[in-house]
Formats: sequence, structure tokens, C-alpha cells
Amino acid sequence: MNTLEFTAVVGLGGLVAGFLGALTGLGGGVVIVPLLTVVFGVDIHYAIGAALVSVIATSSGAAAAYVREGYSNVRVGMFLEIATTIGALVGAALILHLRVSIISIIFGGVLLYSAYASMTEHTHSGANGGPDRIATWLKMDSTYPTANGMESYHVRGVSQGFVLMFVAGVLSGLLGIGSGAVKVLAMDKAMKLPFKVSTTTSNFMIGVTAAAGAGVYLRRGYIDPGLAMPVMLGVLAGSLIGARVLAVAKVKVLRIVFSGVIAVLAAEMIYNGLK
Amino acid sequence: MEAMTERDNAEKRMDEIMGRLLRTGVILAAAFVFAGGVVYVVRHPEPVTDYRVFQGEPEELRTVPGIIHEAMALHGRGLIQFGLLILIATPIARVAFSVVAFLYQRDWTYVAVTLVVFGLLIYSLLGSGG
Repeated sequence: MNTLEFTAVVGLGGLVAGFLGALTGLGGGVVIVPLLTVVFGVDIHYAIGAALVSVIATSSGAAAAYVREGYSNVRVGMFLEIATTIGALVGAALILHLRVSIISIIFGGVLLYSAYASMTEHTHSGANGGPDRIATWLKMDSTYPTANGMESYHVRGVSQGFVLMFVAGVLSGLLGIGSGAVKVLAMDKAMKLPFKVSTTTSNFMIGVTAAAGAGVYLRRGYIDPGLAMPVMLGVLAGSLIGARVLAVAKVKVLRIVFSGVIAVLAAEMIYNGLK
Repeated sequence: MEAMTERDNAEKRMDEIMGRLLRTGVILAAAFVFAGGVVYVVRHPEPVTDYRVFQGEPEELRTVPGIIHEAMALHGRGLIQFGLLILIATPIARVAFSVVAFLYQRDWTYVAVTLVVFGLLIYSLLGSGG
């Protein structure tokens, strides 16, 4: 393949990954890595380098829209970013000590879990407990827009959420992904934030976490311009189109089908790692 | 109640500026990556890197001064890398802006929180070794 063909094919792959990532809620980064490694035979270091920069692009683009709607909780996000950025630095350091096969297996496992989490119905009790001592001290309690106007909520389980966020950061730095699924798990399940607040705050945080990992990747030479260029532009365009489609169409069946496809790619990565 | 609305208004303004900052960063980064991509594809008929075997990027595409130098020389790969550098800098700029915003609100706890995050990000980009 010459440069033009390679760029076009990888760009198209990025477009598809970004589109699927937006529709399934998994994010484009986590879809492009198996596509590059399994389908194109790209070394995983180059693949996660290109994926992580596309994660920054999509999350910053989306966060720009969300932040103005008043859903995301900036204080919760900023505080937890301490955990995710430290985690990302630890994760990026771990790459040097783990074999490629082990990284592939961990990646496949995280991808399978994410696909599973995106397919299961969201069951939030909605029961919001009383105030929490740490959350009150950190002024985290806030309000968010609902159909009945602004509603206030309490934040709970800050220390539990902090630990889960550290794990999300490690996975982000190790695998070049946004770890959106783990971030939502921390805020939705542990900290009992309203679901819309969890997802938008998670998105808000992904860019900062990814920037911490990407700085290390850049210095280590994982980010190749010839590969990152079509991946970043493709994933960005694909996720913008995906977000448009999501806004106008009911895509429940499509989501399940695509999550199934992604699960197959994840299984392939685990299989290749075990071989 | 009065104080509450004042804080809400300040936060709303802060959110709006933050949204604009993020959008501008992404658009600017994409523009540099695209322009660099055109130069790269035109000048290199065959891909420079063999992606099947990891070798790592050359020094001038790994460090901030090296990338700026390569971009100023209008090299395709340097321009792409410069765009990616803007992209990485975008969330960092957002955190820096938050430091100022919390300073303005005299919220010292969060000034400290955002400064820690900012320091970690700068360390990641400029720190020694790799």
C-alpha cells in the first residue's frame, strides 16, 4: 500500500470506529485499537498512541457541548482528575514492564466488560441519600436540569469513587483508551450521581486523563504522525456523525448488534494474546 | 440565596468560556493535522514507518522543541505532530483556566486541587526520561 491508500483505508477505519464508538457509548479509541492491531497488523504501541490522541479529540469536542448544558459537575470532575491523572502516569509506566500479549489480553477483557456494560439496561435506583461528610467539605453537591426544572442532588462515596477513578486512569494510560465505562461506574454506582451527570462529567474528565497518558506516549515515541493523522481525523468525524444519528434515531437494536461486533474483536485480541 | 445565585452565574460564565476553549483547541488541532497530512501524503509516496514492528519515533518528533522546529520547517510529519501537541495542550489549558476561575471565586480548596492536576499534566508532557 502506498501512503495515500494507507491513509485513506486507516481514515475510513477511524471513521467507522468513531461512529460505532459514539453509537454504543464506548468511545472511538477503544474500537480503533482492535481494528488496527487485529485487522491491519499494527504494533500495539503505535495503535494505542494513535487511539489516545483521538480520545482527546472526541472527548474535548463532546465536552464543549455538554459543559454548557449544565449537566457536568466541574468540582467532582476536577477532584477525581487527581486520581485519574496519577493513574494514567502509573498505567503508562506499566507498559514498559508488561509483555504485548498480556496488554492485549487486558485490553480484550476491558473491551468485553465495556461492551457488556453498554448493552445492559441502566438501572439507577434514583434514591439519593443524605449529605456526605467529605462531599460536603469539598462542596460537591450541586443541581442539574430535569424536565421539572433544576433538581439538587447529594454526592456520596467520594473515597470509593476516588479509588475506582485511579483504576480507570491506570487502564487509560496502559491501553490508550478513555475508560468511560469505569468512570461512569465510579460516579453512577459508588458516588450515586444522577446518570446524565455521571456520563457528562465522565466525558469532561476523559480528555484530561488522556492528556496525561498522551504526554508520556509522545515522549516515548508511541505517537506516529503518519498513523495518528488518519486515525484522529477519522475518529473525530465518525463520532460527530454518530452523535448526530443518536440525536435523531432510536438505535437500540443497532447498539446491541454493534456491541456484539466489538465483543468479537475483543475476543480475537484475547485469543491472539493467549496464542 | 443571593450568594448562591451569584456563584451559579459565575460558574455558568466559567462553563461557557471552557466550552469555547475546548472547541477552539480541537478545531485548531484538526486543521494542523489535516494540513500536515496533505504535505506528508504528497511528499512521501511510501509510508515512512513500518507499523508492524515498533521502533519509536525519532527524537525530533518526540520532544516539544523538536516538534516546534519541525513544524516551522513546514515538514508534513512535524506539522501533524504540532497539531497533536495542540490537542494534548487543550485539556491542559482547560485545567489552567480552572485554576484562574477558582482563584477568582476565592475557592482555595479547588485552587489547590486544580494546581495538583495541572502539575501532573505538565510533568507528563515535559518530565525527564520516558
